[in-house]
Amino acid sequence: MSPNDYRMLSARFGRRDGHKLAVYEAEGGYRALRKVLGGMSPAQVREEVKAAGLRGRGGAGFPAGVKWGFVPEGADQVYFFVNADESEPGTFKDRYLLDYDPHQTIEGTIISCYAVRASLCFVYIRGEFGWLIDRVQKAVDEAYAAGYLGRDILGSGYDLEMIVHKGAGAYICGEETGLINSVTGTKGQPSIKPPFPAVSGFLGKPTIVNNVETVASVPFIVNEGAAAYRAFGTEKSPGTKLFSVSGPVKRPGVYEIPLGLPFREFFNDWLGGMTDGEKLKAVIVGGSSVPVLSAGEIMNCNLDYESLGQAGTMLGSGGMIVIPESSDMVELIQVLMHFYFDESCGQCTPCREGTGWLHRIVKRLRGGEGTAEDLDLLEHVCNGMMGLTICPLADAAVMPMRSFLAGFRPEFEALIQETASAGPQSRWPRGEREA
Amino acid sequence: MSKQLDAKAPWTPATGTRARIDEALRRYPTKASAIMPCIWAIQDELGHVPPAGVDLLVAELGVTRARVHEVLSFYTMFRTEPQADHVLQVCHNISCHILGARPLIAHLEKRLGVRLGETTPDGRFALEGVECLGACGHGPCLQLGKHLYEHLTPEKADALLDSLRRGQVPRADTDRELED
Repeated sequence: MSPNDYRMLSARFGRRDGHKLAVYEAEGGYRALRKVLGGMSPAQVREEVKAAGLRGRGGAGFPAGVKWGFVPEGADQVYFFVNADESEPGTFKDRYLLDYDPHQTIEGTIISCYAVRASLCFVYIRGEFGWLIDRVQKAVDEAYAAGYLGRDILGSGYDLEMIVHKGAGAYICGEETGLINSVTGTKGQPSIKPPFPAVSGFLGKPTIVNNVETVASVPFIVNEGAAAYRAFGTEKSPGTKLFSVSGPVKRPGVYEIPLGLPFREFFNDWLGGMTDGEKLKAVIVGGSSVPVLSAGEIMNCNLDYESLGQAGTMLGSGGMIVIPESSDMVELIQVLMHFYFDESCGQCTPCREGTGWLHRIVKRLRGGEGTAEDLDLLEHVCNGMMGLTICPLADAAVMPMRSFLAGFRPEFEALIQETASAGPQSRWPRGEREA
Repeated sequence: MSKQLDAKAPWTPATGTRARIDEALRRYPTKASAIMPCIWAIQDELGHVPPAGVDLLVAELGVTRARVHEVLSFYTMFRTEPQADHVLQVCHNISCHILGARPLIAHLEKRLGVRLGETTPDGRFALEGVECLGACGHGPCLQLGKHLYEHLTPEKADALLDSLRRGQVPRADTDRELED
């Protein structure tokens, strides 16, 4: 297997002209939309996507066709949101999809909207992607001009408006109810579920939120059929998935892989292994919120939902962070705990306070004032957070914290011992915001 | 510095700003739901949202002043104070950290004579640490408005500062998207 064998999502990655409508059309673009509007019912589209087993690519992995099926039949108004608030540390795949191939996502979105009979959709792009928002807006304008959006699309009688919405810097808005609330015009704080957005979401109406990569997978499924999609991947993880790889490997970047690919093969053959002089220590495989695996653990995994689940972690967003032997794990967890503390929306006490405690305790350890009891205290704080909040942000902080402690405890203990004799000192003299 | 308005002076949005606000009000399903694009329109003109901008939002959207402040203060990218000419935002999250964000920040602090989170006394440069910018495979990275500079080294950071001091924004890795 090699990186070029699987290009259903990434065919135009790296190309200078792939974002243009003419290029996309010349390569078969909007053929799926014509097929759908030319003779498929919304239910048929839903069934095809359900049969393909396409799972949500934002992190949770929930089957997209099933989610669409939760929209009540006969709803008078349905809204659709494309979640392009890509903010999970280590994740930069949606950026590639929207940069190199925005029309693929737009076509997939129109088909997805048709499948749930939505008449208005938002593409919610994180505000930091200012350059990318212009890119997507231009592509949406092109799609309107070509008759793929707006009133009576391709003469089918189906109407759809698409709004490119610019976020403004809030990790929490990547959570689907936070994202919906953000566009409602309030703080982007998540809502408790149920009711699920598919039943009652934006402005109280049925609302579907799908990740960019999820909708971008839809044109292939419509064109080639569920069986062709299932020819890739495994029984429980059909299709291909984008992985964005960062860290000191020879060839970092975004890769489209058939799910089920052994990590060992991906790492050695596709990524080319570590850069010279570096040795693999650990991997966070699905974005910073999933449990870290040691080199020994990850080397026996396949890259799919079930294998990674058995190993105690999650496929998540596919944001793969490769950690070299030279990295200090206590230092890295301080970086992550600062992030979750900074991004907690403050709504739920266990998260608002817990992320702050975790960050301060780790910071204290690194400042040379830690004690052996602090490691138990960290565990205690984690216990008071996990599963006890409206959205998974608290869990997202706990999972790396616990796994770093469990997998790399000797590094924490060595730091405590070393600093016990040296006395308090600042280990992070520069570059940190006080918190 | 971005435009400093007299807090009491009346302010009329520029034609382009007005057009963006009207378009948002026309396209979003409720007035209140148009608050973010309206804030962006004002901030893109003035560099921040001054009290006169808040007044405009209250009047146009039919929401309370508290609601406007709630939204303004929730998002890190919305600003209610004038900003430095060049806000240098360095990612300090995990992937960039592994690839050398801390030494890069230390270098910029030394060159600018400020600590992270501070602005130079002349108001020209602000140095901020920000969370993941989605450039993890290309780190360390620095964002300057719509420009994202990737694979940064101290030398490249120096060249960037020199260029900005000469009044030129150098070509960024993502400028291709703005040009095509």
